[in-house]
Amino acid sequence: MSVIERDVLSQVLAEAMRTGGEFAEVYAEDKRSTSAGLDDGKVEQVTSGRDRGAGIRVVKGETTGFAHTADLTLDGLRAAAAAAAAAASSGGPGVHAVALTQHPRHIVNTVSRYPDEVTKADKVALLMAIDDAARSEGAAIVQVSAGYGDSRKTIVVANTDGLLIDDEQVRTLLRVSAVANGDAGMQTGFDSLGHTIGFELFDTIDVRDVASRAARQAITKLAARPAPSGSMPVVIKAGSGGVLFHEACGHGLEADLVQRGASVYKGRVGEQVASPLVTLIDDGTMPGEWGAIGIDDEGHHSQRNVLIQDGVLTDYMWDFLRARKEGRLQSGNGRRQSYMHLPMVRMTNTFVTNGTEAPGDIIRSVEKGVYIAHLGGGSVNTASGDFVFGMTEAYMIENGEITEPLREGNLIGNGPQVLKDIDLLGNDFAMGNPGTCGKDGQGVPVGDGQPTLRVKTMTIGGTAS
Amino acid sequence: MSDGSGALLALAERVVAQARPGEQIEAYVGRGSETSIRVRDSQIDQFISAQSEGIGIRVIRDGRTGFAYVGALDESTVADVLADARENAAYGSVDEYAGLAEPDGVPVTPIDLWSEELAAFGTAPKIDLAMELERLCIAADSRVRIDDVDYSDAMGEVAVVTSTGIRVSGRENGCYVSASTLADDGDETHTGFGFSVGRHPGELVLHKVAREAADRATRLIGARKPASKRLTVVLDPFVTAQFLGVLSSTVNGESVAKGRSLFANRLGEQVASPLFTLVDDPTNPLAYTATDVDGDGLAARRNVLIDAGVLNQFVHSSYSARRSGTLSTGNATRGGFKGGSPGCGCLAMQLMPGTRPQADIIADVSEGVLVQSVLGMHSGVNAISGDFSTGASGVMIRNGATAEPVREFTIASTLQRMLTDVIEVGGDTEWLPMRAAGCTLVIGDMTISGS
Repeated sequence: MSVIERDVLSQVLAEAMRTGGEFAEVYAEDKRSTSAGLDDGKVEQVTSGRDRGAGIRVVKGETTGFAHTADLTLDGLRAAAAAAAAAASSGGPGVHAVALTQHPRHIVNTVSRYPDEVTKADKVALLMAIDDAARSEGAAIVQVSAGYGDSRKTIVVANTDGLLIDDEQVRTLLRVSAVANGDAGMQTGFDSLGHTIGFELFDTIDVRDVASRAARQAITKLAARPAPSGSMPVVIKAGSGGVLFHEACGHGLEADLVQRGASVYKGRVGEQVASPLVTLIDDGTMPGEWGAIGIDDEGHHSQRNVLIQDGVLTDYMWDFLRARKEGRLQSGNGRRQSYMHLPMVRMTNTFVTNGTEAPGDIIRSVEKGVYIAHLGGGSVNTASGDFVFGMTEAYMIENGEITEPLREGNLIGNGPQVLKDIDLLGNDFAMGNPGTCGKDGQGVPVGDGQPTLRVKTMTIGGTAS
Repeated sequence: MSDGSGALLALAERVVAQARPGEQIEAYVGRGSETSIRVRDSQIDQFISAQSEGIGIRVIRDGRTGFAYVGALDESTVADVLADARENAAYGSVDEYAGLAEPDGVPVTPIDLWSEELAAFGTAPKIDLAMELERLCIAADSRVRIDDVDYSDAMGEVAVVTSTGIRVSGRENGCYVSASTLADDGDETHTGFGFSVGRHPGELVLHKVAREAADRATRLIGARKPASKRLTVVLDPFVTAQFLGVLSSTVNGESVAKGRSLFANRLGEQVASPLFTLVDDPTNPLAYTATDVDGDGLAARRNVLIDAGVLNQFVHSSYSARRSGTLSTGNATRGGFKGGSPGCGCLAMQLMPGTRPQADIIADVSEGVLVQSVLGMHSGVNAISGDFSTGASGVMIRNGATAEPVREFTIASTLQRMLTDVIEVGGDTEWLPMRAAGCTLVIGDMTISGS
């Protein structure tokens, strides 16, 4: 399936260069998606969506002009190209013939059951199974909501360097939340699952297990006591804290923030910025993971990038514009939400690699602290690295044992400081829940992961006096 | 209403006219355009010119709902979308309350949301505005670096038609300038921002944007983590607005009906301090989210949610109202043509103001903290259990005067206690680009966690 023919792309790029641009690019997508939501025991609505269009950018000097259109005819595309060219123009007219060379696909994800080859009835059946499984965890479960979503997107990227490449991106996502009611009020539990494969995901994963985990989390929290407040050691379970490193460290390693002087990591390549235990990687090539892509949204192959090696900052992440400015290669991190958006530096799958400790030993090392089994959403100030995350499932650690569950509270700290304060690293690496990373108003799918680890001290914002 | 939305209305009517016996159809058609200009170092960094359009079609048959959308408006694609929505309806569960809104006779309060002046505003003066703002930001404070300076404007037109007799259309436009700033503090960097929103460019106040962006970036220079303790917390208007945003889900009729609000079964009870009166009034033209109709196409209206601390009513869409055996309060919300069935929520909240400005309020606080910024308000608040915990920064208050800046601490309580512990509402209502206006709000007793 070709979204736009090669000769049309050549003509559109030529139009985009008419005002003397130095670089032009067409990004086109055709995306079909299905989603279904369940709430209160009912499948509320099945939705089909189609998004199709192209974004055209023209770069001239330091200026980027961008226009997008849902009209993929030659006329529609030429109009958008002219708008982008006008936006970037200031010099005289130019003539630029563009010869495009089709590049082969870079296959990262292999799909065996495409979403459009599965009946809607089968998709809806997953939701009913989730509702049943969550409620069968106990009478305390009073409410269950769940969502299923899939998408199949074809993208084409062509640019005036002669690149022509396409990719097909398939995603399947499931989320469950459960509410439990007890004597002391209501508590919630959540779990989710997302991969860059098709419906074969459910050949190996039983959605009832996902539902049960969410329900048990809510039930466990009914007996929770208020979270403590103040500074103490924190142990983060494998696969539940990668989002912290994504938010509080990963963003600071994005070259656009670095170039703008908005990162604590500016000018620090080669320096020890983390505990020697820490190796931090961003890897778009992990098959099936939520942030895995064959090519980024500028047509560059995804790759594995080591950001921090044994605590030493080795490199930032790069997109086309930022790499061009430094005269170096991009790193496969130029991503965008859709054809309506400009690409920028974004993460893919970001994670801390394995250490050597057994997770049980890490817990036993703590006299009094908090064990975090699930981190919720968070916010970060990328310039300072200050962050806040909700602890959606956490427990006290007392005398080396996990004891009582804790009510919700915030975990607060500073990303760069946490990287230095990791003093024990487990050998049980796991990826976490699928995430959507927001930056400058754009959301893109990302993955994260980490082994069980101990942070010497972090601030817990609970209500216990 | 206008020639542009006339075409959208006609398209929506053609779709709805295809309703078969026993079938309800709604067509939501939208079209918009946007210009966004980012300047850096007196040059244009990005110039974005964007158009979008699309249609969402909802079909309800035998209590089952199906939905489909496409980001295009050509007639052949629209026919496919209707077919998809019909097919999807077969897979929904039967919901006895499913159904489109029906006209309820409440008159629409007209609000003019369209500016010809903005529609005619050229590219060159837009660029000039952004350049001028960058100059003002640089001049505002020598300690400040500029991260981004943006001008953007957007226009949108919408038509909603249903087979149950709803037929509305309208258009609106607006513009926005903003600045993000950075201030270095030893090894660390603080961020700041300022913004101004207007229905036309003449309402944009550039010097205020530059001043606030500089103040926000510099006020945390030298800030430290405070000691953990219980004290009086004063919320800045911008923070209060975010707090109201969190509170809004507790008065959401749909959440109440589904057992997801801590206020279920508490109508008529005292849930907050008598000083606390919360209204939702999208018909107030001062509100950034002012609108004449809600997401169902019914008239938007003023609703008093908490009256002198007493929980007075919940907000309802036509769906949540039917389910709860009551009437819509004109509070259906909708996320554009891709949004599917409308949700339910507050549209434009405001706390009825007290009398005093912030400075007078602070003068009466012996020990407290003025919270100027929060981080993670949404992640740390559970509107079902009421647990509340958020990261914060601001400035300590001692003996009636602001003292040292503080950061990297949390404030925690429960929503229930915070509402009861409100000891003053400021007289300084500030309209912000959110679903809630802000004002200074004082909470008598909260835990802050720092070192």
